[in-house]
Amino acid sequence: MAPDPSSSPSPSPSPSGWRSALAGTPLEGLLRWESALVVALIGVIVLGMSISSEFTSSYNLFTTSTNIGDLAIMALPMTLIIITGEIDLSVASTLALSAELMGDLWIHHWAMPLIIVVCLLMGTVAGAINGFLVTRVGLPSLAVTIGTLTLYRGLANVILGPISVSNFPPGLTSVGVNGFLGISSVSWSVAIFVVLGIATGVMLRMSSLGRSLYAIGLNQEAAFHAGIRVKRIKMSLFVLSGFVCAAVGILYAFELSSAAENIGIGFELQVVTIVLLGGVSIFGGKGTILGVALAAIVYALLRSALLLTSSFNENDFQVVSGGLLILSVLIPNLAAFARRGQDLLGRRRGRGLAAKSPSTTSGPVGDG
Amino acid sequence: MSAAAETPPRAPAADAGPLANPRSLVDFVLRVRTFGIVGILALFVIVTTLIQSNFLSGSNIRFILGDATLYALVAIGETFVVLTRNVDLSVGSVVGLSAYVSANMFQAHHGIAIPVVFLVGIGIGVACGVVTGLITAIGRVPSLVVTLAMLYIIRGFDTIVVGSGQVVANSLPDSFIAIFHDTVLGIPDLAWVTAILVAIAAYYLRSYRSGRDLYAIGSDPDAARLAGIPIARRVFFAFVLSGAIAGLGGVFWATQYNTIDATAANGLELQIIAAVVVGGVAIFGGSGSVVGAALGALLLQTINVALNVLGVPSLWTEAIAGFLLIVAITLDRGIQLRLAAALRRRRQHLGA
Repeated sequence: MAPDPSSSPSPSPSPSGWRSALAGTPLEGLLRWESALVVALIGVIVLGMSISSEFTSSYNLFTTSTNIGDLAIMALPMTLIIITGEIDLSVASTLALSAELMGDLWIHHWAMPLIIVVCLLMGTVAGAINGFLVTRVGLPSLAVTIGTLTLYRGLANVILGPISVSNFPPGLTSVGVNGFLGISSVSWSVAIFVVLGIATGVMLRMSSLGRSLYAIGLNQEAAFHAGIRVKRIKMSLFVLSGFVCAAVGILYAFELSSAAENIGIGFELQVVTIVLLGGVSIFGGKGTILGVALAAIVYALLRSALLLTSSFNENDFQVVSGGLLILSVLIPNLAAFARRGQDLLGRRRGRGLAAKSPSTTSGPVGDG
Repeated sequence: MSAAAETPPRAPAADAGPLANPRSLVDFVLRVRTFGIVGILALFVIVTTLIQSNFLSGSNIRFILGDATLYALVAIGETFVVLTRNVDLSVGSVVGLSAYVSANMFQAHHGIAIPVVFLVGIGIGVACGVVTGLITAIGRVPSLVVTLAMLYIIRGFDTIVVGSGQVVANSLPDSFIAIFHDTVLGIPDLAWVTAILVAIAAYYLRSYRSGRDLYAIGSDPDAARLAGIPIARRVFFAFVLSGAIAGLGGVFWATQYNTIDATAANGLELQIIAAVVVGGVAIFGGSGSVVGAALGALLLQTINVALNVLGVPSLWTEAIAGFLLIVAITLDRGIQLRLAAALRRRRQHLGA
């Protein structure tokens, strides 16, 4: 389960051992993870080139970069949110809400600039609702965003209904066919990601706001007492996430040249996978934008390489995607695995001898 | 979150010396919470019937009960998982996989016995639960991450198995399809199965040491560890049970819908989690009952059918489930804060 910020000091199963060890020497741990990603990147490129010469064709690079750019942009606010120890599972639904709202307003003959403003506003409100419930009402972000994942997706389908809108202005839908500034293998979404990624990376690494996100993720009570406005920062991150996802929703609908039911379904898995594969800790307090960017490239090229083989399709890649997600959390845990296994055995033996503990009748009140 | 920071980190009821008073207060509040659902349910039925008098027709009731009992069945397993402060997002995919594979058994092996098909469905669920449970309990990967991944892994696997094919109703033996319509004493078989399992689960969670352990783990994992509760084993068991029940639910899904492709039960997990949480199982873990979860499923289905009867398009189903989930957790948070405050006041009053 996601770290529950409002409960007792360390409810997460994360052993404080490796975490505090890494906190002591953050660069060391991060470099190791990121260098592993670089190795993986080389491996994936070799794999892709050995599978097909299509791999490096500008057409394939363009489709790959269009695809990953959107996910990578959404991964930026997700990274910030996960670093503070929260999570936003509603990203794909917010994207759908924005795209389907745009489709509906477009067939009702609204002006495109106005539609874009309304959609971005809608995303901001969606993010603000998440942020309000998490920071002001004090609910766990996991539960809130599972709820809004359902709610926003449901509303999106109610707004547009089971139809598909595809007659957007050709000038805008050209983002799905033409590369950024005439560079045929780089999509607009990747160009946007590079700009936003650098901005986010600098903010996270150099600004006091950026550092305070790590402080919140490591110990939010300590951060609060150190004068960091925990609630306000988290609130802004959820609002930012809503805004960015709405913007990606607009971009994605233009790329597809279509807005329809179930648009972007399952994107939350891919975004979370990229973020965690990038070395961001699901328990908060650790991670870099460089890692996430590397993970996005590895993920995109792996997908592209596998899809070029005749035996692989999108559905098969879902399985790979899920596996990557589990592995990116499991591998950091593996280090302490053997030791923990011994602990478990020791405890089990100890329990056999010890008298029955009376404290199993604990009351039903959670401590959150 | 400074409000939360002010509350003591340990569950107040756990270490209160004179337990009788605070515990009865907690019991009382939880009972009110459960009966609240019954009240809302009754209110909903009455209002809808007043507007649309044919709401309580036999076919509507059968419709509500048909879906609600299936949801309530799957909600039993989810309740076990949520009680331990975990979550199982993969139940929808397990139901889908089990539904397809079990129904496809009839095509693959002609004349196969129906109980064998049920065992296969449950077996698939157990296998999925074992994988999820191992990674969560032994690998210490948060269940959110594991089950989000498993949601797509199992669904992807389902799609690979199904391919472009599907099971159609006329490939299923009549006796299999009849399971959904068969009744004993006027009550559908599935409702009996669900009711019996709810009763067993409720008794187990209430009266068995290992059942109480699940509450202890969910209330405070650290305290549970110190108390010597085998957390890994209990959490593993909860996931295996959730998988097994979802697998059983998949076979019933096949008896109900008959035509099954790779999208069967897509998104079901969200409805189930909404039902469990609306039914008063705290998403923080440590509080709630399977009876509540079953009532939550019934309430959700009744609302869906009622809105349908009132002319609201079924597109709204998903949005309503999400909305109710959020309302329920917000409400529970309020109740919890007040309860914690009341318990603290009592303890001070008693001079503890």
